[in-house]
Amino acid sequence: MNIVKADNVVYKYERHDEEGNVEGYTTAVDHVSLDVKEGTFIAILGHNGSGKSTLAKHINAILSPKEGTVWVDGLDTAQEENLWEVRQRAGMVFQNPDNQIIGQVVEEDVGFGPENMGVPTKEIWERVEESLRAVGMYEYRKHSPNRLSGGQKQRVSIAGVLAMHPKVIVLDEPTAMLDPNGRREVIRAARGLNQVEGVTVILITHYMEEIVHADQVFVMDHGKIAMEGTPREIFSQVEKLKELRLAVPQVTLLAHELKQSGVPLPDGILTRKELVEELSKVCRSR
Amino acid sequence: MSIEIEHLNYIYGDETAMAVKALDDVTLTIPDGQFLGIIGHTGSGKSTLMQHLNGLLKGSSGRILFDGQDIYEKGYQLKDLRRQVGLVFQYPEHQLFEIDVFSDVCFGPKNLGLPKEEIEERAKRALESVGLSEDYYHQSPFDLSGGQKRRVAIAGVLAMEPKVLILDEPTAGLDPQGREEILTLIKKLQTESHMTILLVSHSMEDVAEYVDRILVMNRGRIFLDGTPKEVFAHYKELEEVGLACPQVTYVMHDLKEAGFTVDVDATTVEEAKRSILQALSLA
Repeated sequence: MNIVKADNVVYKYERHDEEGNVEGYTTAVDHVSLDVKEGTFIAILGHNGSGKSTLAKHINAILSPKEGTVWVDGLDTAQEENLWEVRQRAGMVFQNPDNQIIGQVVEEDVGFGPENMGVPTKEIWERVEESLRAVGMYEYRKHSPNRLSGGQKQRVSIAGVLAMHPKVIVLDEPTAMLDPNGRREVIRAARGLNQVEGVTVILITHYMEEIVHADQVFVMDHGKIAMEGTPREIFSQVEKLKELRLAVPQVTLLAHELKQSGVPLPDGILTRKELVEELSKVCRSR
Repeated sequence: MSIEIEHLNYIYGDETAMAVKALDDVTLTIPDGQFLGIIGHTGSGKSTLMQHLNGLLKGSSGRILFDGQDIYEKGYQLKDLRRQVGLVFQYPEHQLFEIDVFSDVCFGPKNLGLPKEEIEERAKRALESVGLSEDYYHQSPFDLSGGQKRRVAIAGVLAMEPKVLILDEPTAGLDPQGREEILTLIKKLQTESHMTILLVSHSMEDVAEYVDRILVMNRGRIFLDGTPKEVFAHYKELEEVGLACPQVTYVMHDLKEAGFTVDVDATTVEEAKRSILQALSLA
């Protein structure tokens, strides 16, 4: 069984007129089907308004499909009695770290989730410790969240979700408000969760460089999945991505432009190392 | 409008145990019509500096001069200053509130007490310069896409016809094309309307591509100041203060190490491409 499975999911937002009557519907997710294998690192790309956040909110049952079905770890998210279980198995981290932190002290904030689940006190502390260690924030456990940088706050938010022992974590533009260092810290933490803890990670982002290590990428447009593949397959299609209001990492763009100018390079170069190696090959063959 | 900042200091919570020096002896001259990028990690003092420039904060000591006039001098009208210095905050679309796009953009000039025709003229001009046609005038701003909302919010500031425009991370949360649209628009305001522009950004790639000059802030001080090329040549120091170079600059350093004779100062894809093509034909 896949950890997340969506079958023909449709979600429509109601549009209201000035009196609050329903005027019509906007389809945000339009017959989307996807499968996410347990333990993988998935990325979802798409321009503003493409439906990616709406889709993500189905994974921990913030939204429920109007048509079709979403299963998390085999549980139908539309079934009322599954809500609690679904939300524990699929955690979510949002864009703005300041909206997600409630505790006065870092460790209290991280303990909030398991406490609400009725986890015994001793185990709560164990979970808090392991979660903070997993995101590299253990030494800040006694700090006030207010005094942390954006990247550190986001890592505390991730630890808070991790302490609930989810199988999936959905990160919805977790780096949009961060400086370069903060972005690096958060992405490193997300990759660590995936590789070390084995948590399935679903990352939504507008920063193309952040997803070059993903196992699989979905690109959304007009509520549908427009492209699907490995980062290399996706980023090989520079022009198609531009049509979808997206871009490629700077190094991929540079390789693409060099190729257009006649340098024999393969498509979909993703890292600095690859580009240097390929250019060295070109040099040697002359 | 030229801006001179002389030995500006600002202390949060002065004379308390929590006192923090947010600006530490900042001296800086911004010539009229310059496009200045300000970078620095969260908490480095860049937002504090910006808030001094339209009088939201007053320095603990030091002077600020606009076109040679000291804004801390007795009798100086801060109201006039705020008219001339437009400030676009982070996520400015959160401040939209009117029933339609046109009324929202009219709000600023209306508060200046201008005649109705002038207000509407200005709103039209501002909406035109951000690329929103008449089709949008009577739509609710809340029905627009993220990038469009942000352009409405910027138009609201432009309708005040400022001479200096300060923008705090105007591209945060936008998709790649939305980012490019906003930055192209800002560049156009500099070249066509001759505004002095200050852009705070966390994207090194964007800054490298668009601005004339970069100011790097760290711990309330000016850490580096120069053209993108000059600043990004200090990539090791930038990393030490939580920043980075554009990805292509790193590529150029890697290539140089691998024995290529390339220009390590390249900060944009275009420059990198030219330099690599040159190196290849020489090789």
